[in-house]
This record gives sequence, C-alpha cells and structure tokens, in this order.
Amino acid sequence: MSIMGTRVVRTEDPLFLSRGATYTDDLIDERLAGALHLTLVRSPLAHARITAVDVTGARAAPGVADVVTGVDIDLAPAKLSAVAPDGMVRPWLATDTVRFVGEPVAAVLTEEPYQGQDAADLVEVDYEPLPAVIDLRAAASDEVLLFPEAGTNTAAGFGLDTEPDEHLFDGCEVVVTREIVNQRLAAVPLETRAAAAVWRPDGDGDGRLTLWCSTQNAQSARTEVAGWLGIDAAQVHLITPDVGGGFGAKIGADPEFALVGWLARRTGRPVRWSETRSESMTGMLQGRGQRQTVTIGGTRDGDVLAYRLDVLADAGAYPRLGATLPYFTCLMAPGVYAIGKVESRARSVVTTTTSTGAYRGAGRPEATAAIERAMDLFAAEIGKDPAEVRRRNMVAPDAFPYTTASGATYDSGRYATALDTVLEAAGYADLRVEQAARRERGDAVQLGIGLCAYVEITGGGAFSEDASVEVHPDGTVTVLTGTSPHGQGHATAWAMLAAEHLGIDIEKITVKHGDTDLVPRGSGTMGSRSLQTGGVAVYQAAGELVELAKQRAAQRLEADPADLVVSAGTVAVQGTGAGVSLAELAVSERLRVDTVFDAGKPSFPFGAHVAVVEVDVESGKAVLDRIVTVDDAGTVLNPLLAQGQRHGGIAQGVSQALLEEVVYDADGNPLTATLADYAFPSAAELPSFTLLDMATPTPYNPLGAKGIGEAGTIGAAPAVQNAVVDAVSQLGVRHIDMPTSPVRVWEAIQAASKGNP
Amino acid sequence: MIPVGFAYVRPDSVDEVLALLVEHGEDATVLAGGHSLLPVMKLRLAVPELVVDIGRLPELSYIRVEGSADGGEVAIGAGTRHRLVESSDVLGTEVPLLAAVARTVGDPQVRHRGTMGGSLAHADPAADLPAAVLALGGTVVLRSLRGERRVPITGFYTGVFSTVREPDELVVEVRVPITGSAGWAYEKFTRRANDWAIVAVAVVDGRIGLVNMGPTPLRASTTEAALADGASIAAAAALADEATDPAADVTATKEYRRHLVRVLTRRALTTAAAGS
Amino acid sequence: MTIDTVKITIGVNGESTSADVEPRLLLAHYLRDVVGLKATNIGCDTTSCGACTVLVDGEAVKSCTVLAVQADQQSVTTMEGLSPDAEHLHPVAAAFRAEHGLQCGFCTPGMVLAAVSLLTENPAPTEREVREGLEGNLCRCTGYHNIVRAVLAAAGREAGM
Repeated sequence: MSIMGTRVVRTEDPLFLSRGATYTDDLIDERLAGALHLTLVRSPLAHARITAVDVTGARAAPGVADVVTGVDIDLAPAKLSAVAPDGMVRPWLATDTVRFVGEPVAAVLTEEPYQGQDAADLVEVDYEPLPAVIDLRAAASDEVLLFPEAGTNTAAGFGLDTEPDEHLFDGCEVVVTREIVNQRLAAVPLETRAAAAVWRPDGDGDGRLTLWCSTQNAQSARTEVAGWLGIDAAQVHLITPDVGGGFGAKIGADPEFALVGWLARRTGRPVRWSETRSESMTGMLQGRGQRQTVTIGGTRDGDVLAYRLDVLADAGAYPRLGATLPYFTCLMAPGVYAIGKVESRARSVVTTTTSTGAYRGAGRPEATAAIERAMDLFAAEIGKDPAEVRRRNMVAPDAFPYTTASGATYDSGRYATALDTVLEAAGYADLRVEQAARRERGDAVQLGIGLCAYVEITGGGAFSEDASVEVHPDGTVTVLTGTSPHGQGHATAWAMLAAEHLGIDIEKITVKHGDTDLVPRGSGTMGSRSLQTGGVAVYQAAGELVELAKQRAAQRLEADPADLVVSAGTVAVQGTGAGVSLAELAVSERLRVDTVFDAGKPSFPFGAHVAVVEVDVESGKAVLDRIVTVDDAGTVLNPLLAQGQRHGGIAQGVSQALLEEVVYDADGNPLTATLADYAFPSAAELPSFTLLDMATPTPYNPLGAKGIGEAGTIGAAPAVQNAVVDAVSQLGVRHIDMPTSPVRVWEAIQAASKGNP
Repeated sequence: MIPVGFAYVRPDSVDEVLALLVEHGEDATVLAGGHSLLPVMKLRLAVPELVVDIGRLPELSYIRVEGSADGGEVAIGAGTRHRLVESSDVLGTEVPLLAAVARTVGDPQVRHRGTMGGSLAHADPAADLPAAVLALGGTVVLRSLRGERRVPITGFYTGVFSTVREPDELVVEVRVPITGSAGWAYEKFTRRANDWAIVAVAVVDGRIGLVNMGPTPLRASTTEAALADGASIAAAAALADEATDPAADVTATKEYRRHLVRVLTRRALTTAAAGS
Repeated sequence: MTIDTVKITIGVNGESTSADVEPRLLLAHYLRDVVGLKATNIGCDTTSCGACTVLVDGEAVKSCTVLAVQADQQSVTTMEGLSPDAEHLHPVAAAFRAEHGLQCGFCTPGMVLAAVSLLTENPAPTEREVREGLEGNLCRCTGYHNIVRAVLAAAGREAGM
C-alpha cells in the first residue's frame, strides 16, 4: 500500500516533545566552549548623524573582552539588494549616519551574557538628529535623501518606464478607484535571530569559519556570508540547527551573522549572539508595506474590462529582498480573473525604518488583497453580488495554460469550482438571509461575509533542488536535501517519499539538511517551493536508487533487471523467492544516488476563502466567526502536514486583516516594538478553521504537487477584510484598511455617516 | 533583557519588611508576584538597589469576611494571588465583581503570580482591579513601623503609577464591602484577550469605575448622579466620559476612548440592572 | 555597589539543584544556563509569549518573569520532566504529536506545560475554555487549530464542545 497521500504523524516530534528541539542558542558544542557573548548597541533614533562614540566606560566594565565600533571593521559595507542603486549600502556598524531605530552602532563582547547589557549601557553615542522619512510619498519625493550619494530614494522600479495608457478604461461603463494600504507586518518567528561562530586556522591562509545560525537556507547564507567577509565560500561551514520558524524573515543571511563570524576571527575566540525580542522587532526583516492605488473598470452587467495597480512599496532603510517583491505583486495583479487590459507598476522607496523582506506570501498577498478589494468595490458600485461578479470574470478551467495580461502563465486551475465549493459549504445563501435579518432589526452585532478567490505563484525563486539517498548496510537510509525545514516536517515527508520507492519503514530513514559540508548545494525553504522541488528530487533520487539496486542485484541474482521488483527494502525476482535486500547490496559498495530535479518553472496554487465575521457596530470590534477554505496545491503528500501549513497560513492572514501592524510615529520611533504592543494573536482571538479538500495537479512535476506554505495567508486576509467591510456596508462604508481594528471600523462608520464611504 | 543588578532579601515577616523599608527608603522596592515590577526592571525603567520579596509571606495571603458597623466587608491580604481571588467561593458569593474582574487580568500564568496588593499599588491606569475596587468603594490598608492607616481607594491614587503610599509603607490589605446580590458587571474592551484594557467599566450597586480613562482609575460621577436623579441608563451613560482625560496610543484615539466608555457604561449598567 | 550572590536550592524535575546566583538571574536562565535544560525557550521580553512557561509547584508561570531566587526551595517542572523519554510521552505531549499540534517546536514546551496546568485546573474544558486558557502562549506556526484539538483530545473531549 502506498504511503503517499496518507496522514503520517511526524517522526521529529518525539524528540521535540521530550527533550525539546535544539535551536542555535541551545547548542552545547565543544567548539563553542569559552565563547564570548555579543551584545549590540543600537540606535535609538531613526535618522541621525553620529558625532561621537565613546566606548571607554564600556571597555572598563566587568567581563568585557572587546568593544568594537564601525571604524574598527575592515570590511566593505554590504550591498544587500542586487537591484538598488550602488550607494545604498549598509555599514556593519554605523559610522556616520544611522537610518533606523535599532541599527547597530557598536558591538560589545563579554565573558557572560548578563554582562553584555550592563556594558552596552555604558557606550556613549552622540547623535545629531536628521529628519525622519516615514511616509512613502514623502520618501518618493526625494525631498530628504537617505543616501545623498545615490541621488534618489527609489530603490527599485517595475514598469515605471512605460507611460500609463490613457485609454485603458475606454469603453468601461463603470470605473472605480481607491487607495489601499497593505500594512507593514512583523514576521515574528518565535525564535529570534541567533548565531554562533568559531574561526579556526587550517594551516594556511585565512582559516575556516564554522557558523551556526537560524536561517531558511544554509547554502545561500553561506555564500552571502563568505562574500561579505571576502573569503571563499568553501571557507565557511554553515550549519542550521533546529530553526524556530522563519516565515520569510530568515531567508538568507543577515549582516549580523557575518559580524559574529568577523568578531570570532578578530578575537580568536568563539562568539555567540542571540537577539532579544525587542531587538528583533526592529532588527529582523519586516514584510508587506505597500500603498496601492487600484482602478477597476467594466460594464454594468459585471464584466471587468480593465485593471490598473500602482504600488508604492516600503523598502526600509537598507534595500533588501523587500525592494524587489513588488515585482510579484505586479506579475500577479489580475489574480484569477481574465481581464483583457491590465497595467501594473511599482516603485520601492527607502525610508528611515527597519528593512523589509519576505513575509509569508512575499508580494503575492499584496496583489491578491488589491484585486479582491477591487472586485468588491466594483461589485458594490454596480450593485451585484460579489460572488457572482467573481465567478463571471474567472479564467475558465479549459483555458490552461493561461497567460495573463500581466505576463504570468498559470499551469492549472479550477477557480470557479473552488469558489462554489466554499460558498456551498459556508451556506452562503443562508448567511445572506441572516445578514439581511440583522440589518433589518438594526442589531448592534452585524454579520459580514467576505470572499477571496486567489491564485499565487510557488517555487518561483529557484526551480531546481538537490537530493541524495543512501541505503546503509544496517538497513537504515540517509536522505540529504537542499531544502531547509523549520517546522514544515520535511524529516517526515521526505522519508515518506523515499519509503515509497524503497519500501523501508520511515522510522529508519533520516533526513539531513542545513549543513553546507554535508549538502553543499541547495536553495532552502521559502516561497512554498520545497515539496515541488526538493521533495520531488528526493522522490526521483529514491527511484534512481531502486534502478541502481536492480542493476546490482541482477548480477548477484543472475536475473534480468526487468524481472526485478523492490518491496519492503528487498530486490526480488518476480514470481520466485530469490532476492537480496538493499542493505546487503550496500555492503560491498555504497548504495547512494545524488540527483537534481529541475522543474524549470513555478506552479500556481489557487483557492477560495469565505470568512464570516461579526462586527459590533457600536464599538467597531470585528471577530472572526468562521472561515471556510479551499486551498488547492495539487497532489497532497501528507494531509496532516498540508493542513498544518494551511492552518498557520490562515491564522497569519486573519491576523493581518484584524490585528497586526507595525507602526512608526512621525519621528520614526517604532510604537509596536514588543509583543505587548504588536498584536500577535493568541488562541483566544481565532476560531477553528474549516478546510475543504481539492487537488488539481500541476503538470510541471511528477508528483503533481504545488506549494502550500503561503496559500492560507494569501486567501484569508482579503476574505476577512472584505467580510468586515461587508458587515458595515449598509452604513455606507466601502473600504477599511487593514488591520480593521476597532478604532478604524468605528472611524469608517463615522466617516460614512458624514458621506465619506 | 535582564535587570540591572540588585540586592535581594526575602524576609520572614511583615515586621521585617517594614524595618527594611525604613532602613532603605526609596532605594528599596517591594516584590510580590513580580508581574508588574520585573517587566519594568528588565526594560531597565526601574533600577532598585534592594528588592524585598514579600511574595511568600503567608500572613499576607488570605480572603476573609469581617463584620463592620455598616455591614460586612471582605478583607483580602495584599499577597493574595489573582488565581485565588478569581476562584474564591467567598468572593464569588459576597463580592462577585471582584472575582470576575480578577479572572480578566493578564493570562493564567500571570494570575498564578500576580497579587491583589501588587496590582493596586502599581497604579497602572490600564489595570483592572483598581477601578473595580474603586467601584466597590474599597479601602487600602497601609502599614509601617509608624502604625497602620486605612486609605479609602478614592484617595489612594495620585497619578500614573503613583499613590499616597510613603516609602516606608507597605500595602498589606484591601477591604471591600460585601455587595452580595447587588447587580454588577465588568465590561472590558481589548484587542486580544490578554491585553490591557483599551477601556473598561466596572459597575456595582450603582457605582461606576473606569479603567484607562485618565491617569488614575476614575468614578463616572456624572453618570452616577444622573442615575440617582432618575435618568435612563442610555441618557446617563451618554455622560460617562465627562471629567475624564483619556490618552491616545497605538490602539485608540482620545475621541474613540470617550465614545467607547459611553457604550461600555451603557452595557455594564444594563447588565447590572438585569442581574440585581 | 557589589552585589552578593545568593545560594538557592530548587527541585527541578524531581532532582535537587543548587547554585550561588545573582539575584537578578531569571528562572528561565537558571534552568537553561545553570541546570543546562534547554527545552525552556525565551521568546520575548514582556511576559507576552509564554514560550518560557514552566510549572512552579504545579502551576504554570512564565519563567522569564520569575527570579531564580523567588523559586528557592520550590519545585519546578520543565518539559524534560514531563516524559521519561521520547518513546514514552506524557499524555498531553502525545496528544500534541497525534494532532500535529507543533511545527517549528519553539512554543511547544511552554504550550504543553500551559496545557498541563490548564487541565489540572479544568480537567474537562470546552473549546472556548481551552482557547482562553492558552491565551498566554503564542504560536506562529499552527494557527492554534491543532493545539486546541490536542488539548481537547488529551482531556478526552472533541473540538466544538
């Protein structure tokens, strides 16, 4: 019986639930004995010139081994974005100018961790304040430049060199336009960033750096760190212990990781660093942060004819991945709809805030939120049911592969089926009846029903992945993968894929990853890519290993390879008792296969969500009552794990819609820099979720699998936001920006009552 | 984040605590459950030289009914943890508002550590229990080597995080009148279940205590007076923000807090009226 | 001012531990760095996330907001103390595995101990009571869906009750 598609509990859990996982800060390793502890002194100002740094007091403090400032560092400043102008580089420790609250200014190394903050408090930095740049339009005006040498605050642009088509909406009976904010969010993996490093001489040259750090992709982190330190990638051995969540914010290496390595070289001692949450809330990459203008036009019957999306995106102080993510927002602009004319363009600008990067969805949720809000605005304007307008405009199931007007080629989809499935399961018609009754009665608690139909792009970053499978003489199996799980369950899922071919129990299969000496090449876990690239590679490797074993067994059994079958870890001649185990075949010669799978292109999962909220129209508080979802990511390997990804994704989407937002005041001070202030939800703010199954395979890989990691987030946020707006639409409200917090809902109702919808 | 270093002592009696407070004055800080103090010490906003731990003094942990001239009172030791208050049968019967309000403080872990006296003495305008004790018309008992004084809660708070407590004094007890079957309600408005209140309203026996509507807990006196004059609940509640001075923060504007307190007061009064 | 260390003795998972510590040492750091038990994680500075939850004399507390000296002469249970080994999981831990109530695992030790404490105080909770009982523990991976199911399953209850 096939193990594929079955509910298999995780093999990693018994350890996690008894002794606990081993995260970077948990490491007990003799190579780290006697390590110094790094504490960073960070800027309290958003934008300022540094006029003096005095470290004498800190140097004299108990336990201090070294205090380092920017002038001590002999490395070139880091260029963290390939597309940004040359001048937009980040110093390792700020020397002349600080550009966000939390920017590292000095490094303090102490014998004991508790001595670090005591000494750091004694570092005296004199600042001369410069004007903060927080508002994106102010940034785009270039009035105050963050990097005068760059001559602009624009870090990246997409489609900016083509003039807007003034005839885009010709022939439209109805045109609606609206400004929408897709707010900045903090990823908040429960494990903050951490690193540990030891630099050991290797007899000649610079020696070799062993660096443990919390990242979603060891191999690219190794390459980045080596590049920043100006050494060969082979001189860095990068290891990821267990990683306590990432959600995009731990893609690649952070400059702090390289600094830890550099300090280990400088001091000749191991160095450890683990940031506090308060540091993380300003130091770790943040997500989203777009100001969008949507314009949608069509007929009074409900045909959408044209759509324009203009994006102003927040790159933060030092452009990183976040500066380029609007590319995906533009690419995915029309969503699941067959819209004849689409224009999308984006500009990423630097601001005196924390840099932005990927956060669950990374550019695609912003596209979905925009088009799904636009569809509701359009439906409201023509007075039609939003479900009907959506269905009417969707790409038809027989149109695939389908290339959109914004240039994406979707692989497969049944968009209307997904929508109808969730509407049916949610009891859409009955919900509208209940809603009408509450409106009629004028209840304080009104019902809102929100829809989202989405398509997203997964496996879009790197299309290929490495895998190795080896059967050992003791019958155990080792799988090596270039993916980098941090909660997704690859130890279990990849074992299932190998077991399917080998017939060996998954308990005997060990999946190894995140060690660049063991797995030199790999692209990690991000962009919902792992199963459709790395998983398929493991599946392919195990299949190739079976063929190799058959070749070897054929000689030993004096049989034709074509007559051999593999089951339960044994190669046997079909119809006879003769056979040899894979373990025996590994005795005389290693039984190992290394392979690469290259999908060559991304896949496009899709789905539909219906959210039902209750909104107290007196207080403005919205509570999610139910959410019903279809998240079709093609063939499902392990429904338990796939559902887990959907649950987590949905929660983050719901939370964007209702609760979370990174807020800066006009001076650039972060107002949400602790978990007491940043509205990360608990179990008490969320309901259980209703998940419906649908699987439309992709033709792009032999498993038929697409990515599932981010789908829930992409679908849930617009559905919940639309539901909140729907709950108060009878009061004249047409739009409320996320998070639809009580004060915002109340203010929207107040504004609508004064004639501002 | 870790506190600045300090000396620590855990005395065996209240008398020892009081002697230490005389000896060290403002350099000493009393630690009970620590769930208000330790967070600010970790942020290095509080830097005491000496921490005097009263968290395990049995003589400060009790809930008992005591008679008095104008009816009964319940006396609650300052070191009584929220968990005991919320699950107390005595309070559930005699002062149900207080048990219900204690149940809304923080989260279960916080309630296992946090204490009645600590919550009152910390004087956070967003805290639940001070406004509840205010609505109840309770009394704070302060003791020092100079003696003991009973301060009505109406005169206890002087501003944000400040009270009339002198540096040599310890909050040892809170006394609240028995309200029995009198109608009560607590309307707490938060973003997340374990957040501090954006605004909250405690109502018992016609008295109204407001959370987070000014630097100290406040009574909605205008509303109380209107009710006494025979105004409807709706009309009286519409006055609930009079003489308040709410702050603006990332969760709410001043105007929103004023609106919210009117809504919550109407709801709390309606619930209390239905329950009496 | 020089600060004297304080000698403390704390029972951890049934074994007596003792050390001279700075008064400011947090219980979470005592467990991790003095005793060497690393399952207890620290996820925030503000008593918000609950990752550091342990049991002190049987009650869930956040060990980042308790000084080690405050736990002197008391008994502490960390996740390592719940199950004898990986093959014999405590019923609540076993339910977390069966229901996929963990992903990255960082919140898990605190979440499991909070659940144990919750079920001690309320052995047959409703779904709502579980959700409110776990309000002091944050998880970014699971959306709480399967955590809630796991706690209900450990109590012999079903979701939706």
